[in-house]
Amino acid sequence: MTVATVPGRRVRVPRRYVPVLVTAALFLAMFAAGGIRYEGFATGQIILNVFIDNAFLLVVAVGMTFVILAGGIDLSVGSVVALSTMVAATLLKQGWSPWPVMVLVLLIGAVLGLGMGAIIHYFEIQPFIVTLAGMFLARGLCYTIGTRSIPIDDPVFTAFAQTRIDLGADMWISPGVVVAAAVVVVAAYTLHYTRLGRNVYATGGNEQSALLMGLPVARTKIAVYTISGFCSALGGLVLSFYMLSGYGLHAVGMELDAIGAVVIGGTLLTGGSGYLFGTVLGVLVLGLIQTIISFEGTLNSWWTRILIGLLLFVFILMQRLITARRR
Amino acid sequence: MTAPAPAPASVPASVSPGRRLLGHRLFWPAVILVALLMINPVFTDGFFKVELKDGHLYGSLIDIVRFGAPLILVALGMTLVIATRGIDLSVGSVVAISGALACLRISDLGDQNSAGGVLAAAGVALALSVALGAWNGLLVAGVGVQPIIATLILMVAGRGLAQLITDGQIITVNSAPYKLIGGGYWLTLPFGIVIVLAVLALTAFLTRRLALGLLIESVGGNAEASRLAGIGARGVILTVYTFCALCAGIAGLMISSNVSSADGNNAGLWIELDAILAVVIGGTPLSGGRFSLGGTVLGALIIQTLTTTIYSIGVPPETTLLFKALVVTVVCLVQSPAFRAKVFHRRRRPAGASPVAEEKVRVSA
Repeated sequence: MTVATVPGRRVRVPRRYVPVLVTAALFLAMFAAGGIRYEGFATGQIILNVFIDNAFLLVVAVGMTFVILAGGIDLSVGSVVALSTMVAATLLKQGWSPWPVMVLVLLIGAVLGLGMGAIIHYFEIQPFIVTLAGMFLARGLCYTIGTRSIPIDDPVFTAFAQTRIDLGADMWISPGVVVAAAVVVVAAYTLHYTRLGRNVYATGGNEQSALLMGLPVARTKIAVYTISGFCSALGGLVLSFYMLSGYGLHAVGMELDAIGAVVIGGTLLTGGSGYLFGTVLGVLVLGLIQTIISFEGTLNSWWTRILIGLLLFVFILMQRLITARRR
Repeated sequence: MTAPAPAPASVPASVSPGRRLLGHRLFWPAVILVALLMINPVFTDGFFKVELKDGHLYGSLIDIVRFGAPLILVALGMTLVIATRGIDLSVGSVVAISGALACLRISDLGDQNSAGGVLAAAGVALALSVALGAWNGLLVAGVGVQPIIATLILMVAGRGLAQLITDGQIITVNSAPYKLIGGGYWLTLPFGIVIVLAVLALTAFLTRRLALGLLIESVGGNAEASRLAGIGARGVILTVYTFCALCAGIAGLMISSNVSSADGNNAGLWIELDAILAVVIGGTPLSGGRFSLGGTVLGALIIQTLTTTIYSIGVPPETTLLFKALVVTVVCLVQSPAFRAKVFHRRRRPAGASPVAEEKVRVSA
């Protein structure tokens, strides 16, 4: 494992890139270590598999990045993912055609996010508790729809699940990865090249200053939760492509994975600083941990949780060091 | 429902007793609890009957307190943490770890019924809980990490640790002394209730008769100001997180003893959310600086009664979460000064301050 070092005084790397670079180094080190230790590990397909298995997490983590950059937190994402798979599976079973189902699911996610954002902003309640209520609500709706796993056999969804997009050289990806990649590109453009993105950073940096500068803080805060809700719903669709089922117990604890990916990706939890690329790296690191543990064979799956906790600790400590130096 | 009065800490003596009752901060939680309890007799005969059988108290009311005991314990610890403007997400994991370690030690005993061995096992489990709490406290007070994030680490890793202790299995024990903690009786009362009463009395004494409560409230009100006033804010924060984990540890013993087994995955799952909910319903604001132990106990009882009621009126138990979501939303909205100002005192605000407030009401259920 790497040590969370901050470079010495004369190093040219700007400090704001340090967390992302550390994560990138960690990822490369893990990949190299895996390649040396296990046969057949150091191939491109291993990385692509990480993307295939974690496409939904990547989509959700992108939404979470917006919220955390704006200085908030969204605990409802896992439940909204489960709700999306449940709604999709139920409606498809009742004979709806797939495209309206997808639109409706995305709409439900966005509206849930919009509602939570509005309550957080206008009634000044902590995001933590509002999204906690949203988490209960979405999970409760899942169980109200049904407690069993509902299989999906719609041809469009199955096609999404089984299509292999060939990249040549024996490498392939699933359509879910394409969706995730598109989300990442659009989100990166929005965050770094549009007015909304600037507002997100400004609101997260200092809400009071942003307000005094005349930035639309209300619209921005509500927008980030709407985006997160939308991304969760989209993540839910990608998960239902992957699992081909709707289940109220899908994605339990996923909010923690998403927050973990964002933190490991170097985004400051206090908001206002971080990059979307870091989140992609964070998801890759989490996925690679799982891959290595499955390659190791003798380690049990609960080591994943312990390792993720350990990584979170190291990165949070590093964040503290960096912010402490900045003052 | 009208807005509760903004919880005055001290109502002037000249106010009429009726108004004083209405203004008391425990009034609304108590009303909700009584209202929930009153629904039950319609569906369950003899709901309020408490009887003495074989020297043990039996009855639905006793059951509510007995099954609610672990939640009350966890919520008590959480109250103190929230009073310092913190939060502890790791209690569920600590519950799992403590139960797992105790069961592991007991299952390794030659004679599972030896009281000494069980006491030692419980002691080791509680010691580990205290250590975990101190870890949380160090991260928050020493390193200065936000409480949500600091305790998130243990919440994530803790489940893994619990699985590691139990080796991924469900450990079952067959030990009479251990069974006593969660399922036994002592002086006609279920032993769990006795433990809760003892912890409650101890906490109330420490925080309301000694200066500790005042210190906690001052740290929660303004950590920096209280530090400048000469209060060891770090020590106070460390203490409350340790205490919270200790409470969670005891609750873990209770839960695993009640079912005579330890399940690293499911023991104490979601209990952190229920505990936070209980604290919030009890009138302790999440912004810290003020707390009510009685309110927390009432809040935990409300949650347990809600669960029992849902079972007894025959609504599918899966909808419990929906009700909880509704309760959290309503309670938080009613507690929020911004909400009260916008909805109940609209005319006093200058026109056009924020014209969109009311259209943005939650689209729940």
